[in-house]
Amino acid sequence: MLQQKHLLGLAGYPGEDIQTIIDTAFTFREVLDRPIKKVPSLQGKTIVNLFFENSTRTRISFELAQKRLSADTVNFSASTSSLKKGETFKDTAQNIEAMKIDAVVMRHPTPGAPLHLTDHIDSIVINAGDGTHEHPTQAILDMTSLHEKFGYLKGLKVGIIGDIAHSRVALSNIHGLKTMGAEVTLCGPSTLIPPFAEELGVSVNYNVDEVIEWADALNVLRIQRERMGGGLLPSVREYRNLFGITTDRLSMHKKEIVIMHPGPMNRGVEIDSSVADSDQAIILDQVLNGVASRMAILYLLLGGKQEEGDS
Amino acid sequence: MKTTKLKKQVLLKGGMILDPINEFLKKGDVLIENGTIKSTGKVTPSKSVDIIDCSGLIVTHGFCDIHVHFREPGREDKETLDSGSMAALAGGFTRVCVMPNTEPPLDSPESIRYTIDRAEECPIHIHPIGAITKGQDGKELTEMGVMLSEGAVAFSDDGLPVTDSGMMRNALEYATMFDVPVINHAEDLCLKKDGVMHEGKVSTHLGLPASPSITESNMVHRDLALTELTGGRLHVPHVSSAKSTDHIRQMKKSNKNITAEVTPHHLFFTDEDLTSYNTNLKVAPPIRTRTDQEALIHGVKDGTFDCIATDHAPHTVEEKEGTFDLAPFGMIGLESCLGAVNRVLVKENKIDLTRLVQMLTVNPRRIMGFETDLLAEGSPAELVIFDPNKKWTFHKNDIRSRSQNSPYLGEELIGRPLITIVKGHITSLELD
Ligand SMILES: [Zn+2]
Repeated sequence: MLQQKHLLGLAGYPGEDIQTIIDTAFTFREVLDRPIKKVPSLQGKTIVNLFFENSTRTRISFELAQKRLSADTVNFSASTSSLKKGETFKDTAQNIEAMKIDAVVMRHPTPGAPLHLTDHIDSIVINAGDGTHEHPTQAILDMTSLHEKFGYLKGLKVGIIGDIAHSRVALSNIHGLKTMGAEVTLCGPSTLIPPFAEELGVSVNYNVDEVIEWADALNVLRIQRERMGGGLLPSVREYRNLFGITTDRLSMHKKEIVIMHPGPMNRGVEIDSSVADSDQAIILDQVLNGVASRMAILYLLLGGKQEEGDS
Repeated sequence: MKTTKLKKQVLLKGGMILDPINEFLKKGDVLIENGTIKSTGKVTPSKSVDIIDCSGLIVTHGFCDIHVHFREPGREDKETLDSGSMAALAGGFTRVCVMPNTEPPLDSPESIRYTIDRAEECPIHIHPIGAITKGQDGKELTEMGVMLSEGAVAFSDDGLPVTDSGMMRNALEYATMFDVPVINHAEDLCLKKDGVMHEGKVSTHLGLPASPSITESNMVHRDLALTELTGGRLHVPHVSSAKSTDHIRQMKKSNKNITAEVTPHHLFFTDEDLTSYNTNLKVAPPIRTRTDQEALIHGVKDGTFDCIATDHAPHTVEEKEGTFDLAPFGMIGLESCLGAVNRVLVKENKIDLTRLVQMLTVNPRRIMGFETDLLAEGSPAELVIFDPNKKWTFHKNDIRSRSQNSPYLGEELIGRPLITIVKGHITSLELD
């Protein structure tokens, strides 16, 4: 059903497949609104959630998606177990493969790790975030949410605000949105915009008010507190002043734009509580669409093929 | 690969003799008697002579690589002087200079002596480069004078830069007494930070931490200025960027004490090749853009670069099969060198084969003060015989190093060494 066996990233990912995933996500949204929120689509399939880095939200979202599809799931937090004993990445991968599983959902701090995993195992690999590289399922749920809100992606104007350079969410969103025909402007401190950003086919603007004026929607990224006060950013106050999405700032613009945030939020830093909780924010829809989009991805990657011996 | 003792008389018959000193290439024979060059040109052999048919092949000086890491002592699991020698012979190299970043480093007369003694037993000529600073920690100068008398040929803290400009000044100044090259691995670590590749369009796509070209070129520029200040001799290793090439070209116009090398991998690959996250392409300084690659090739054409050096840097399979961030920097390069540079420089960029051979023979020997006229009558035979047109695909079984970290695996190379003669022995690479 999808052209690629794995979902490693959205760079070069076919647009028609992104659309298929989004359409399928909408059908699963209906399932999630039923009293019994479970379908038997992936009965008998085993999926391992292999997390080399903590991420409660992404893991829970995947786990729920898997349970709603009736798959068997195993959670493996490598940061707390074998990696500390010196077991290599390859060993962990091969051990898991030996247990006869169908797919691996992996979060890893190193860019390229999911691609590397496909060298070692035959199962389907889904990238749940690889360092500062990609986070394709997040971008797909963001696009699903935008599609739900606007009814289209082509021509949509999306501003991505914050620490772009260290953000896998930004990179996947850029690739996905560009493929789907949206326009993207990056906005954040110049030290946190990756070099050669324009080569990605996006615009860069350091003036957040101009971006708000231009955009249909803003994707507001989390600013890591550890970036503050170092060589990259002087202070929280400075950041809020220049880039914070505050009620005051938004009220200066006539047009009401849609606000997204991949979470977890630093309320009072990159976004005001009052903005996050306002009607123009679709942050909780993103959470629900996260489950629906991940159900769609798992269903399309694992359920699409007829099993051998099935008759 | 088979190594045997040279017979009393050996005739290399009917090859194209390439003399990189007198810059000629002509058909002829080379007669080796008792391990030394007896005569070249048209030779009428006696009956008992061992004849090697060299028709269609180039006969020239054995290659000399002034930048290799043989890991002995300390990391014999990666390479030893013996296994490194085999890799060299397979690549047509008869002489190498080993970098001192061993464990412990070659930073004392005793450790230089150890390497010299061990090198005696090896089938090629191996010369140690001594560390610039004790423990390679950039704080105290090593005993350069005594190390030289034990057999060191140059000084370098390679693997690490001499970060402190004052220390680099002292090293260059001190080494003027001995007229030997100081070699600095130029990377500004403050700019490099946790960078694992070249900063550019590709690194932005891959999400890998990266460092820009000026990480190298700023320090190269500093070293050039310090060379001018001190009157020392500077050899710039593994130049990777267009900017550094420009700085060197500029400074060489007025200063005869500057030399520079370029590696096969910086000529052969670009950062676009890293999209597979192949850890064997993780090197320091990093593989840069197509523009840099073109500038390096131009630097070969106009003589900015004096020599080719492989920076042969073996690492274990275990270290290189991990994720990109954890893999160590470096690749092996001796076995694939000729096929790679001959393909890029001679076949694709129409650089004269004689010029390439000079960069592999007489030029590096001149930098290190080695004997250069290897085809002269009476010289100990130190030759390579290679096929300049042989197309071949580089495979695991072409590797003689103890390590396997080559990004050339599966690449098509053009030009292949077939016979290497050195230290009274002849090594032939059997081809299927
Ligand atoms: Zn180096």
